Amino acid sequence: MFQFTLILKAAMKSLMKNRMRSLLTSLGIIIGVSAVIVMVGIGEGSQRQIESQINALGTNLIVVFPSFSRSGGVSHGAGSFNRLTMDDVEKINQETTLLSGVSPVIRTGGQVIGGAGNWNTTIYGVNTDYFKIRNWELESGSEFTERANKTRSKVALLGKTVADQLFPNQEATGQKIRIRNIPFTVIGVLKSKGQNGMGQDQDDVILAPASTVLYRLKGRTNIDMINASAVSTAQLDAAMEQIRTVIRRSHRIESGDDDDFNISNQAEITDAVTSTSKVMTMLLGSIAGVSLIVGGIGIMNIMLVSVTERTREIGIRLSVGARGADVMIQFMAEAIVLSVAGGIIGVLLSFGITWGLSLFTSLTAVIEPFIIMLSVVFSAAVGIFFGFYPARKAAGLNPIDALRYE
Amino acid sequence: MNNPTQPVILIRDLKKTFQMGDVAVHALRGVNLSVETGEFVAIMGASGSGKSTLMNLLGCLDTPTSGDYYLDGHLVSALSQNEYADIRNKKIGFVFQGFNLLSRTSALENVELPLLYDRSHRITNARQAALAALDQVGLADRIHHQPSQLSGGQQQRVAIARALVNKPAIILADEPTGNLDSRTSIDVLTLFQQLNDQGITIILVTHESDIAQCAKRIVEIRDGLVLRDEPVLKRQYGSVDQLAKLPELAEAE
Repeated sequence: MFQFTLILKAAMKSLMKNRMRSLLTSLGIIIGVSAVIVMVGIGEGSQRQIESQINALGTNLIVVFPSFSRSGGVSHGAGSFNRLTMDDVEKINQETTLLSGVSPVIRTGGQVIGGAGNWNTTIYGVNTDYFKIRNWELESGSEFTERANKTRSKVALLGKTVADQLFPNQEATGQKIRIRNIPFTVIGVLKSKGQNGMGQDQDDVILAPASTVLYRLKGRTNIDMINASAVSTAQLDAAMEQIRTVIRRSHRIESGDDDDFNISNQAEITDAVTSTSKVMTMLLGSIAGVSLIVGGIGIMNIMLVSVTERTREIGIRLSVGARGADVMIQFMAEAIVLSVAGGIIGVLLSFGITWGLSLFTSLTAVIEPFIIMLSVVFSAAVGIFFGFYPARKAAGLNPIDALRYE
Repeated sequence: MNNPTQPVILIRDLKKTFQMGDVAVHALRGVNLSVETGEFVAIMGASGSGKSTLMNLLGCLDTPTSGDYYLDGHLVSALSQNEYADIRNKKIGFVFQGFNLLSRTSALENVELPLLYDRSHRITNARQAALAALDQVGLADRIHHQPSQLSGGQQQRVAIARALVNKPAIILADEPTGNLDSRTSIDVLTLFQQLNDQGITIILVTHESDIAQCAKRIVEIRDGLVLRDEPVLKRQYGSVDQLAKLPELAEAE
C-alpha cells in the first residue's frame, strides 16, 4: 500500500490535468452543498426568531385556562363556564413545590385618561410574581407590593406604548391617570418588549394589582387565566401535574371526570409554532439534498468517462505491479477529492450567499457548525458512493486488454 | 540477486487454451523453455504463432491453462491476482512496442511509477533509483521532459529505464522497435545489448529475424510449439564499433 498523502497527491495531479472538467464536475456538489447549507440556515434562522419571540413571553411558562363547558351536548366555547378563582391561585401557591411563581391574570379593557389625552388599552390584573414569570422589567419606577395587592391599591404600571401615548413628553411615573374613571397612580413604566410572534404590540398594556382589577374594575370573582413558572424546564411536566392535582381537588372534580380547565406550557406553544418552520426547513433541505445527489451522479458519469479514457494508463499501472486495489483506491480518491473539494467550496460559497442575503434581504440564515460538518461528510459519502462503481470497473480491467486498448 | 545455479525462467509443458464461443483455440500446446540468468533470448514467431500468449504468460499478465512456470526459482503458474501483481512489480520489467508511458507526466515520474507499488520496500529512495535508471539509459538530462517532448527513441529509453528501476529478474521487451525507425531501432537494441552485458536477463519478442539476430539465442514459436531453439551465430550490432557509436546516436536525435 502506498501512503495516504501519495494517493491524495496523485489524485490531485490527475484532476489538475483536466482542470475545467474537474471544476464542472465539482460544480454539482458545490451547488448542492451550498444550497443545503443556505436553505437549512434560512429555516434555522426563522425558527430562532420565532423561538426568541416566544421566550420573551416568559421562561418555563405554564398557562392555565378555564375549560369550555358542555350542556346537553352544546359546547359553549372556551371560558364559557369559568371557575378559576383567586382561591385556586392561593392553593397552587401553597400546595405546589415545583413552581417559582404563580399569578392570576384578570383581563379587562377600557379607556384610560391622563396627561396628554386618552387611550384604549388592555389592563391586566396580576400579582407580584407576574413580573418574573413573564420577564417584565421596569424602565422607571417600581413594582407594586404584595400589600398593594391585598389592599386593592389603585396603582398601575404602564406599558411603553401607553406611557408614550399618555405622557409623550414627560415622565409618566408619579402621574395620575383614570381607568374607566377610577383614578390610579402610575408607579412605574415597563421596559419595551416589542411585538410578539403574532404581530401584537406587547407594550400596549397596563399592569395593576389583581385584586384591584378584579374588584374595582371588573366586579367579578372569576379570573381569566393563571400564569405560573416552573423551577426548571426539566420540571415543567411535573409542575403541570401538581397544578392539575391542586385545581382538581379545589374544584372537587371526581376521579374519572374531565378537567374543567386547560393547562399548557410554553414548550408546547413553541413546539406548535416551530413545527411548521421545522417542516419547511426539512423540505427546503431535502430539495437541496436532491441536487447533491444529482451532483454525485455527475461525478460518477465523469469518472466512468475517465476510466474509459485512461484504460491504457490503468494497463500500464497494472503491468508495473499495481494491484486491483491500488487502481481502485486511485479512482476512488479522485472521486472523493472531487466531491470533498466541491463540498468545501460549497461551504465557502454558502457563507458568501448568507452574507449577501443579510445585506440585501431581511432573511437571516444561521449556519451551524453541525450542518457544515454534515454536508462535508455527506459530500465525501457521495464521492465514495458514486466513485465506487467506476473505480471497481477500473480495478477489474484485464491488464492485457487494457494495454492493447486504443 | 539471482541464484546462478538455477534458470531464471523454467517452463514445463505450458499450455494455454482460449475459449472463443464454442471453439477452443489452443494458443500454446506445450512449451518447454529454460532461460539462464544473463541470457539475451529473442522469441520469434509470426502473428498467430502464440508468441504474444507466451509473452503474457512469461510476464505474469495471464495464467496458463496447464503446465508449470518457475520464475527466479518460484512456481508462479498458480498464484492469485494480487500475487501476480506483486511478482510483476518485483521480478519483471516490461518494454512495450507503443512505449506505454503516462502522458503529461515527466520522465522521472514515469520511471518512479513501479516503485509506487513496491510493497517489499526493497528500494528506499525512489527518486534516486529513478535517476540512476535514467542515467543508465543515457537520459540524465531529460528527466523533467514529458513524453510528448521526447523523440520515439527517447520515449522507449524512458520505458526501458522504467523496466530497470525495480531491479527485475527479467526484462520482457515486446516488439520494442516496432514503432521506431531503423536508426533509432539500432540505438535501442544496442542499449539492450549494453544492459545485457551488465548481466541483465532480457527476453525480446519480435517477428523480425534481423532484430532477433541481436540476441544471443533465438527461440522460434510456431503453432503454439517451440519450433527452433538455437544460439545466434552471427550476432548483429553487438560489435564494439556499434557500442562506441552510441553517444553519437543519442546526440543525433
